[in-house]
Amino acid sequence: MSAAAPWTVESVRAALLAKKISARELATEFYGRIERRNSELNAYLTLSPERAYAQADRIDLSVARGENLPPLAGVPMAIKDVISTRGVRTTCASKILENYVPAYDATAVERLERAGAVLLGKTNCDEFAMGGSNENSAYGPVHNPVALDRVPGGSSGGSAAAVAAGLAVAALGTDTGGSIRQPASFCGVPGLMPTYGRVSRYGLVAFASSLDKIGPLAENVADAAAIMSVIAGHDENDSTSAAIAVPDYASETRRPVQGLRIGVPEDYFAEGIDAEVKEKVESGIELLERLGCKRIPLHMPHTDFATAVYYVLATAEASSNLARYDGVRYGLRVPGATLTEMYRNTRESGFGAEVKRRIMLGTYVLSSGYYDAYYLRAQSVRTLVARDFAGAFKKADVIVTPTAPTAAFGLGEKIADPLQMYLADIYTVTGSLAGVPGISVPCGKNRTGLPIGMQIFGPHFAEGRVLQVARAFEEAGGFGL
Amino acid sequence: MKISREEVLRIAELAHLGLSPEEVDMYCGQLDGILGYIDKLKEIDISNVEPMAQVLHAGAGSDVKDSHPELRDDTLLPCDIADAVLAAAPDAEKPFFRVPKVITR
Repeated sequence: MSAAAPWTVESVRAALLAKKISARELATEFYGRIERRNSELNAYLTLSPERAYAQADRIDLSVARGENLPPLAGVPMAIKDVISTRGVRTTCASKILENYVPAYDATAVERLERAGAVLLGKTNCDEFAMGGSNENSAYGPVHNPVALDRVPGGSSGGSAAAVAAGLAVAALGTDTGGSIRQPASFCGVPGLMPTYGRVSRYGLVAFASSLDKIGPLAENVADAAAIMSVIAGHDENDSTSAAIAVPDYASETRRPVQGLRIGVPEDYFAEGIDAEVKEKVESGIELLERLGCKRIPLHMPHTDFATAVYYVLATAEASSNLARYDGVRYGLRVPGATLTEMYRNTRESGFGAEVKRRIMLGTYVLSSGYYDAYYLRAQSVRTLVARDFAGAFKKADVIVTPTAPTAAFGLGEKIADPLQMYLADIYTVTGSLAGVPGISVPCGKNRTGLPIGMQIFGPHFAEGRVLQVARAFEEAGGFGL
Repeated sequence: MKISREEVLRIAELAHLGLSPEEVDMYCGQLDGILGYIDKLKEIDISNVEPMAQVLHAGAGSDVKDSHPELRDDTLLPCDIADAVLAAAPDAEKPFFRVPKVITR
């Protein structure tokens, strides 16, 4: 990482307006950093310099003409490779889409570019966003920039690593069961999962449609808020995007936190949590109390069931969504004598081990004879998990928990045991199931220097409040506890 | 055992997923462990609980436009990316995708 202060949305804007740097020079600076660091980090899968420089030149022209600059003018950003980019290869970190070039942009991408962002390229992730370590990428794992022998978390590991290493000012990730928040935690950057339906998913390659969300990973909370203001809002191309007005996140984020009620569920500090994680998150809560927040002890009794619910529902939805990879319309085709044989051969060669495992599990729980016992039961328990949140938000304005039970684990440490990998999602899947927004913010490091993340949940569509608490925490020095 | 080798093969067939014999053995053991863990959902009484089919509840109003303001009118809009879509296909002949023969006489 460079010794100078990291670039932010605000500092890019100020530098452009003061003509200290051009958008083209800034893009060149970031491509230089990527050139130097990406071979060891593997954060980017595809770079899009033509598109980036064309956009940078448009911004520079606006600056030269003295026009009003859009909110993200010149900001170098990275896009997780499960989000479609017109003319730029979108692999989902899978062999089955190795040469897939989308014919259209995701709405979130289109909105970022319209807001002036310079899109540097596509970031590595777990294949089809399935995983918590980035080791399920068909193109090799991402290495955590804080410690190269550690995972960056997943599935948005490339996005988190790129931001943490200064290879992008901010990035888009996606979160289905923790895939923005957990890598944000492992790499030491803020990462926000918005409310279900807050950000259009048009152009997001579907994994689990009742859970998938697009959100930002950024250098600081203000940048995450600035990006949210651009990407949030209804889109008529996504019928699951909510037709609810988007507030001015920047001004909501600056509100004082004094008097806010911070719910602390005991269930997130029970068995299985690393002692140093517990200690740091506890210090984080104490810091919020010193800022005038009131601590409310909570009990959320279905927390312990959320992981089981999640792995039934997410895999069921995945088995259905991934049926489209059949070698007919796009992606890989492996020939076969019959249509069925072609499907089987294509999917056998194209999918990696974790994707196959989830398709198998999801097909099983939806199959005749098991549907009621697994799928329908899991949907009912999902209702109970959501009720835990609804009840908690009657007593508290936000809920504060650890993001993950541990700091970043070692590359290769958990990959052979899928169940152990799934169980590490315990603190993030709860909010995913309830559809509420949640942010992970850094709250210091453990004794070996690995970042620890604190998670802040809010009620549906209360991203502004979540960002407000995160910003106050950041300004009070919470990131460096 | 929650799941047998035969069941793994049946599920793979349902999913149109080719698996090597080694993969069948591996998934047999791993799915068994995962399903064993998922069994903890049976500890909960769900007799009076509605399964969650929608994450966010619809708004008020009996008219579909009031209760679902996110839905647009069902009108045709131009979508002229057919050439680009076909160009991405492994085997296409405008305006078709070509697949191995399905119907035999």
